[in-house]
Amino acid sequence: MNTHLIGTDVNRIDGPAKVSGAAKYAAEFFAPDLLYAVAVSGAIAHGEIDTIDTAEAMKVPGAVEVFTHKNRPHVSWFNKSYLDEDAPVDGKPLRPLYDAKIFFSSQPIALCVAETFEAARYMSRLVQVTYTSLTHQTDMKIAVQEAKKVTSSNRDGIEAPPKPRGNSARAYADAPVKIAKGYLSPTEIHNPMELFATTVIYNDDHTLTIYDKTQSVTNSQMYVCNIFGLSKNDVRVESPFVGGAFGSALRPQYQLFLATLAAKALKRSVRLTLTRDQMFTLGHRPETLQEIRLGANQDGQLLALHNESMQATSRYENYFEVIANWSGLSYLCENATMEEKTVSMDTSTPGDMRAPGAAQGVWAIETAMDELAVATGSDPVDLRLRNYADKDQNHGKKYSSKELKACYTQGAARFRWNERVATPRSERRGTALVGRGMAGGVWESPQMPAAAKATLAADGTLTVASGTADIGTGTYTMMAILAGEALGLPLGRVVVKLGDTELPVAPLEGGSWTVASVGSAVSKACKAVAERVFTLAAGINESPLKHASFQDVDFLNERIVLRDDPSKFVTLQSALEQGEGKPIEEKADSGPNMFKQHGYKSYTHSAVFVEVEVDEDFGTVSVCRVVSAIAGGRIINHEAAQSQIIGGIVWGIGMALQEQAETDHQFGRIMNHNFAEYHVPVNADVHDIDVIFVKEEDDIVNPIGAKGLGEIGLVGVAAAIGNAIYNATGVRVRELPITLDKLI
Amino acid sequence: MNNFEYVRAEGLDGAARFVAGHHGAKFIGGGTNLVDLMKYNVEKPTALVDLNRLAMRSVTELPYGGLRLGALVTNSEVAYHPVVSAKYPLLSRAILAGASAQLRNKATTGGNLLQRTRCVYFYDTAVPCNKREPGTGCPAKEGINRSMAILGTSVSCIATHPSDMCVALAALGATVQVAGTQGSRSIPFAEFHRLPGDQPQVDTTLAVDEIVTSVDLPAAGFAGHSAYIKVRDRQSYAFALVSVAAGFELADGIITKAGIALGGVAHKPWRNAELERSLLIGKPANRDTYHAFQLALLAGAQGYGENDFKLKIAPVTVVRAMEQAAHEGEQA
Repeated sequence: MNTHLIGTDVNRIDGPAKVSGAAKYAAEFFAPDLLYAVAVSGAIAHGEIDTIDTAEAMKVPGAVEVFTHKNRPHVSWFNKSYLDEDAPVDGKPLRPLYDAKIFFSSQPIALCVAETFEAARYMSRLVQVTYTSLTHQTDMKIAVQEAKKVTSSNRDGIEAPPKPRGNSARAYADAPVKIAKGYLSPTEIHNPMELFATTVIYNDDHTLTIYDKTQSVTNSQMYVCNIFGLSKNDVRVESPFVGGAFGSALRPQYQLFLATLAAKALKRSVRLTLTRDQMFTLGHRPETLQEIRLGANQDGQLLALHNESMQATSRYENYFEVIANWSGLSYLCENATMEEKTVSMDTSTPGDMRAPGAAQGVWAIETAMDELAVATGSDPVDLRLRNYADKDQNHGKKYSSKELKACYTQGAARFRWNERVATPRSERRGTALVGRGMAGGVWESPQMPAAAKATLAADGTLTVASGTADIGTGTYTMMAILAGEALGLPLGRVVVKLGDTELPVAPLEGGSWTVASVGSAVSKACKAVAERVFTLAAGINESPLKHASFQDVDFLNERIVLRDDPSKFVTLQSALEQGEGKPIEEKADSGPNMFKQHGYKSYTHSAVFVEVEVDEDFGTVSVCRVVSAIAGGRIINHEAAQSQIIGGIVWGIGMALQEQAETDHQFGRIMNHNFAEYHVPVNADVHDIDVIFVKEEDDIVNPIGAKGLGEIGLVGVAAAIGNAIYNATGVRVRELPITLDKLI
Repeated sequence: MNNFEYVRAEGLDGAARFVAGHHGAKFIGGGTNLVDLMKYNVEKPTALVDLNRLAMRSVTELPYGGLRLGALVTNSEVAYHPVVSAKYPLLSRAILAGASAQLRNKATTGGNLLQRTRCVYFYDTAVPCNKREPGTGCPAKEGINRSMAILGTSVSCIATHPSDMCVALAALGATVQVAGTQGSRSIPFAEFHRLPGDQPQVDTTLAVDEIVTSVDLPAAGFAGHSAYIKVRDRQSYAFALVSVAAGFELADGIITKAGIALGGVAHKPWRNAELERSLLIGKPANRDTYHAFQLALLAGAQGYGENDFKLKIAPVTVVRAMEQAAHEGEQA
């Protein structure tokens, strides 16, 4: 394929709109009749509301209504009406204001609506609530006694553990080298910069236009229609810009429900923005405990592998993510047993958070592999090569591509891995111990069914549209690149539309599948347009392309050019004139090619190399150098791809060293619910980061050969940092985050 | 946030009289902490008296060689003031170790002294807190107390004072000038903040109607030998787990003057001038001296579980800060 845009460094096309304020987010849409709402959060973890007194709140000038479970309008009572595309199918999703029951601390219990935001916020302080508390449990170390085994999937693509292979118990017993350790990871909270918000515009014809912070307008629309008994024609959901989401906006959040409820009841437009503190009451990465046992021979070759994983979930939904399976996937081992258990507690339901399951699962196995390297005196890279798998070990299928060896080689070279001394505490800089460590990373690269539309106007402007989302990942730009590429247009001639239920349906924006899915649909629609343009070009009188076929031409620089003789071409303008000014529009559906993909599994891979400095007295860790080598298929936008990986690495620094929701178990309440106390890395914590994309060709994974990069940048980073800290200090920390108190 | 009256102060007297006469009225300077607390429904002032137009915005050199920092001078202005950088580098370093650039640009000298603890229980009205609602209890003692105090705690409160600047001011031995309806007075820095005792709701010895007008620095600023070390969970925008401000005057390797204060360990910056006199003055500036001093200074420190690690970190931080201060300016 001739390319002029794909794989280059392209600034995001929505950048100017974002930095100038022209890009509008869900909380920034306005209507003359707009009301402002503030949600009231409950104070107890489990129990019932006894009384809820809204009289004082209603006395505030500008007060319109306080909605509670006592006066809420009719909504669907079926649990299943509250399901959404990402919900566990066997659960009972939260039904806000449905009744007096409290399932978790800070659950929404009332909605104050007023003519101004200030009045609504003041009202929220005046709502008086009394409760009857029931006993609660939020401490997984205790709740773990009631763990339930996961036997089947309850969400699309989230697999239960595979059947055990071989006899791992016996193989472990016989193995000359054994590693048996528990690995604990804490609750982490998604905290996108943009707060969750919904603006519901109540139209004159009683239809609703809903601006929602979401990773899927379709999902929000379905949710609202099912609960409120509305038809799709009555509800249009738009989400043109999303200020980060990381999985937190895959499921509709309670501000969508509450704002819609209020707008319908009051027949007025309503905006509800959650507070930063309320952001800590939504989904979260679940706490996990993984008991890993590795058996190996003296060379570190794996003979047995166990992962018994336990993860926290809520009482009302048996949400789980894939954690243990990552242990058994990537290394050659004939005897492997993975187990997944859920532990129900009185918290909100966890939710997918960037690389859900793999973030914790790969951290644990890659830490255990480092322990095996130490136990067998192996170099960590050599150990991984010794156990390298050419087949997906869990599914027994071939990889559509796996250039992980190139990641190891190129990453190690760039990092100067050969300078590492295996013995801990071998190198010092001032008061700091210096250490180096590495880990591998892996994430899925699936393709989902998606649709897109491409319209070439008479003036040569191409509009591509799909109901997908751009959560800051660069979807707009990716679509523009693929469209411009297909029709030989500069980016300035391409208009991208997304985040609207009026557009062709796209899957949830998540799982690292948007480029593969939406990108493939955009490419296909644009190719169909190109074919029609070619037909017009060939049909021009005396056309130099008269005897050519579509396969013989390239679309370059607004020309249709004969590949073998570039002096022969028709300009795009001439072709469009031939079409008498009619726009050319094509819609395309794209989905996985079962015939081609049968027998294969597709993943992105990474090798992450890290250097740390650890202050010997204080235990403070500085991640001074990171090299991440990524095998991610074909890179569409090199700049955006690099930014994604850098962002993932920064996230990994936070996961390794800082992030942790601190729950007071007496109250069953997360207490560090703000950015001052819940730490993520600041600029001063981030030093040299170097990203390498190794060449990886894959014509099986999807038609454009690209793999999503949203998650892989994070996976393995925490393990690499922990392994580097071990190399620096000789201290192995198996409980995240690795705060300084664990190193002194 | 609740409704409140807003009053712009035109003069010190009027401002003090207003607050004295209006129950629940409070002064506001930069507002970097007070406004947060109002949004959290922790502070519920009936009126805010805005001091920002008062003439307390200058840094002036005092006749006996000290420096007066007007109460409204921002933290950034102090940190980068040429006289402060030259004569009181310890203060610059401490300020720049705190908060973020944006907050330092807005926060004032007076307000920095008056910021309240960052204990998570104090900030959350859904849970008890003796400092916020006296008599309700202190869940921190058996709960989340990683950042809490190890010295000077009481049955009712184990909160810490969050300031970095105040730790340096304590080490320097600054004086706080205040004015109220009863006139003006000077408060030695060590007496400005108080320990929680059985009144954890009271952070300082300031009367309700008293306004901090300036902070005066003494003539001697440890310009040659000072260090500020802050141990924290991330490299910026994190409160100190333990911080130490150390300043010396040395003569031929002998300590002639010392100021050593700790942050992140108590309800106020922790300094013991008596121990400095007995264990530092006249002693050689070496590890043995520092070690003996830290043992005495930290005697009686007590952990509450999550914060036990501070018992290990504090001693080494004190020693390292003293070493760094003593060796400042020497070639490595």
